[in-house]
Amino acid sequence: MDRLMSLCVPSLDLRKHRSLIDSLEIQSCYLLSEHSCLASGFGSIHFVLLVSRQGKVRLTKWYSPYTQKERSKVIRELSGVILNRGPKLCNFVEWRGYKVVYKRYASLYFCMCIDAEDNELEVLEIIHHYVEILDRYFGSVCELDLIFNFHKAYYILDELLIAGEIQESSKKTVARIISAQDQMVEAAKEEAGSISYIIAQAS
Amino acid sequence: MNPFSSSTRLRDMIRSIRACKTAAEERGVVRKECADIRASINENDPHDRHRNLAKLMFIHMLGYPTHFGQMECLKLIASPGFPEKRIGYLGLMLLLDERQEVLMLVTNSLKQDLNHTNQYVVGLALCALGNICSAEMARDLAPEVERLIQFRDPNIRKKAALCSTRIVRKVPDLAENFINAASSLLKEKHHGVLITGVQLCYELCTINDEALEFFRKKCTEGLIKTLRDITNSAYQPEYDVAGITDPFLHIRLLKLLRVLGHGDADASDLMTDILAQVATKTESNKNAGNAVLYECVETIMAIEDTSSLRVLAINILGRFLSNRDNNIRYVALNMLMKAIAFDDQAVQRHRVTILECVKDPDASIRKRALELVSLLVNENNVKQLTKELIDYLEISDEDFKEDLSAKICSIVEKFSPEKIWYIDQMLKVLSEAGKFVKDDVWHALIVVISNASELHGYTVRALYKAVLTYSEQETLVRVAIWCIGEYGDLLVNNVGMLGIEDPITVTECDAVDVVEDAITRHNSDMTTKAMALVALLKLSSRCPSISERIKDVILKQKGSLLLEMQQRAIEFNSIVERHKNIRWSSLVERMPVLDEATFNVRRAGSLPASVSTMAKPSVSIPNGVAAAPLVDLLDLDSDDILAAPSSSSGADFLQDLLGVDLGSSSAQSGATPTPKAGTDLLLDILSIGTPSPAQNSTSAIDLLSTADMNNNSSTALDTLSSSAPPHIATTASAGGMFDLLDGLSPSPSKEATNGPAYPPIVAYESSSLKIEFTFSKPTGNPQTTNVEATFINISPNTFTDFVFQAAVPKFLQLHLDPASSNALPANGGKVTQNLRVTNSQHGKKSLVMRMRIGYKVNGKDVLEEGQINNFPRGL
Repeated sequence: MDRLMSLCVPSLDLRKHRSLIDSLEIQSCYLLSEHSCLASGFGSIHFVLLVSRQGKVRLTKWYSPYTQKERSKVIRELSGVILNRGPKLCNFVEWRGYKVVYKRYASLYFCMCIDAEDNELEVLEIIHHYVEILDRYFGSVCELDLIFNFHKAYYILDELLIAGEIQESSKKTVARIISAQDQMVEAAKEEAGSISYIIAQAS
Repeated sequence: MNPFSSSTRLRDMIRSIRACKTAAEERGVVRKECADIRASINENDPHDRHRNLAKLMFIHMLGYPTHFGQMECLKLIASPGFPEKRIGYLGLMLLLDERQEVLMLVTNSLKQDLNHTNQYVVGLALCALGNICSAEMARDLAPEVERLIQFRDPNIRKKAALCSTRIVRKVPDLAENFINAASSLLKEKHHGVLITGVQLCYELCTINDEALEFFRKKCTEGLIKTLRDITNSAYQPEYDVAGITDPFLHIRLLKLLRVLGHGDADASDLMTDILAQVATKTESNKNAGNAVLYECVETIMAIEDTSSLRVLAINILGRFLSNRDNNIRYVALNMLMKAIAFDDQAVQRHRVTILECVKDPDASIRKRALELVSLLVNENNVKQLTKELIDYLEISDEDFKEDLSAKICSIVEKFSPEKIWYIDQMLKVLSEAGKFVKDDVWHALIVVISNASELHGYTVRALYKAVLTYSEQETLVRVAIWCIGEYGDLLVNNVGMLGIEDPITVTECDAVDVVEDAITRHNSDMTTKAMALVALLKLSSRCPSISERIKDVILKQKGSLLLEMQQRAIEFNSIVERHKNIRWSSLVERMPVLDEATFNVRRAGSLPASVSTMAKPSVSIPNGVAAAPLVDLLDLDSDDILAAPSSSSGADFLQDLLGVDLGSSSAQSGATPTPKAGTDLLLDILSIGTPSPAQNSTSAIDLLSTADMNNNSSTALDTLSSSAPPHIATTASAGGMFDLLDGLSPSPSKEATNGPAYPPIVAYESSSLKIEFTFSKPTGNPQTTNVEATFINISPNTFTDFVFQAAVPKFLQLHLDPASSNALPANGGKVTQNLRVTNSQHGKKSLVMRMRIGYKVNGKDVLEEGQINNFPRGL
């Protein structure tokens, strides 16, 4: 499968970058769900969902408790609604008493579910914020990056959101923390590699 | 990453899964991988754990079960290295949720990691805790998290703050412990810490009144200063989004101010200036700016009254509404709904724009706009708004018509200034969207029409004209044929012309044409056809000159595949045939005025039921005495059926209908020959056909048989009964129907002489035992029923120690007499036992009984149980 259209252009020129992102076809849906566990209505974001144009799930993050069964039901329902929305419509879909804000970047739909009375426009900004950080990290991120490095996409999301709330508004800070942790992993790997090398020689 | 490992790498697994062409192939690959992972887990090799879990996470994302990997997460978290912990915590958050018991096992590891010397390990633990902690874990680990809010590294402080928001959501009692720590965060300069600190304070304020008071007193001014600084700050590339410095922080500050200002005039006063500044100075050409404005407007509307600010807020919403961006317009419509509460006039000014939004191509926007419009309607603008909406109904998308027509109907019903306007608007809606209109709407219309006696002529003519053009709108056709049936003479003779009407010439034939068209059109449903048949019967009396033609049309329905239609066609045909020379118009005279109040009560009570019951008339049951259509046929106000118990089978429906209505007419002792509201046609026929119903009609059968005996002019009933027998076989299963016909059959006189009588029932039947009940009523006490139970042994064995027990609901009283014997001889041996049941809800509820029978066969105990709910109505 060839490399998909890039999600964002390289982030050298931020201004150009943004305008290109803005020019992408963007759709939005509010999807509202009647899951009892969500009824308490706390937490700004109940879940994050990345679905491809073909309906393949690329990332799911649940901040409100859902059973596995509910999760797959939600994913099925939402991708049905969102993927079928025509272009140029608003980015919100009302769904079972909740709203799902969604935005399309190239072949990927980024969806976040919030309460009906939450600020939809801010969630759009959060989605864009996340995409920009991904773009910086992978260097012109595309869907394949997120498939093979799905765990990295999760690590980045975890530096951005906790308990469904945003924790960091600086892209630079997120990038710094992630790279510091990546270095620790690399260092540990090298160490393990050298030890196993020694052991291998000794035996 | 491990040189000794034999399993495939993560990347290779993802590749091979992606290479799969079919779902079955993918399942095969996943199954093989899962088997490898299980095997590797069983070997308990720490080197492969890392990779196994990564693979499991990918497999989990594809939707396959991965519960067997949960313990691996815990092992990885407990291992000392950072890479293992990192992937372990990720797996924990992905594969588990707070409701899984396994999660409790991780509490100890979390506690250790929260105290770890490496701050990134602490960060991992805080993140996991913040995302999935349960109430128990929250209680156990709250002190650790509280301490970490003061941690030296800001990245840990912010994580601890958000973790605390989750903890106080889960366990609100812990809120007090966090108040001080949270307030210290508000003085921070680091944006991440500030954002999360403000969020924590917001959370505390919403769940704890003490916290709210505390922050209101101590922090309002500080927060206002922070907001002012950030609004006025110079360009900061790190936090700048489309010219706004850190919109996320802006929004959180505004949100917290909203809680602090709500219900407190002093705090509200303090924040007036800064809110005005944000409202006026924020750039609104990009989404980020609009997100801030959105939050600002929300805050202005929530805090205590400062009217100048509210004007500002309404103006912002006005600008939003005229924005070209769909998102912004959607948001505007949403917020204007809240704004109506404090400034209806200001929102009314945007009425034209809002109406435009109803016509938007975007379904989300249309839906919001329609909601908003319905809030804007009042007595003064209802006519104008309705006109706009109905005009749009003509050109709207098919899938929007249902919502739109429902909304228009509710607006028209609620605000209609006069009946003629209501009828006009409803006719328009039915003409444009008749297929989408719910049953209760057109039922309501018929009730209104029936009550507007001075408009009968006008309405029937208008309907006639409409139905010629829009014959595909099912509900319009139904209302039209009902009216033509009832008021056909007014249609033909132009009776009761209003000044505004153009005179039209409608011949009797034209009227029949419309009804005939409805009955013969292939896509008319059962209800419509049944209504058309009744309309024809009525027309034949209204317009005697064409009764021959009507007879032909009715006769054609003899070939209908629907049993009910077939039967009615034969019956109606006989009525028309035999009575065309005598004055029988009273038999099919106009429906009495339907009672609006009763209808509304019923409608309110049975609305949910109407959806399920009415949506699909049970046409598909070949001999099922199809419940809904039959009732429609008999009783045009078919909501009657909804009032009946929901458990009813087709037979019960008929029984209910007859039982209830006959019961009520007997209560009147026939003093008024035409029963009032809710009358069904059949009853009309019967009671009117009875020359002297007043004397002894106390029960259904009695009424019927009296009618039969008085042969002189009630041949209508003869006709009914004589034409019925061919169908008895097919309808026999429908008990009520059978009873009715039985009552009409040529030899009912025997029963009639027995006084009030109820048909016997088979109360219970098993392979070995049959129980029959026969009923009688003591004179002068309608509440009490004497039941004679006959137990028949139909098995080849003798029963001994026979005991019959029965239980009844509270509204019944039961008295059992001793049985005639306690042994039943084999092959048809009988025992009888008398029961006396007193029904305190006589006339409202029917009898129901549970019973248990015990006996011995060849020395073995046998127990049989059952419920009897096929008692005749009216006992």
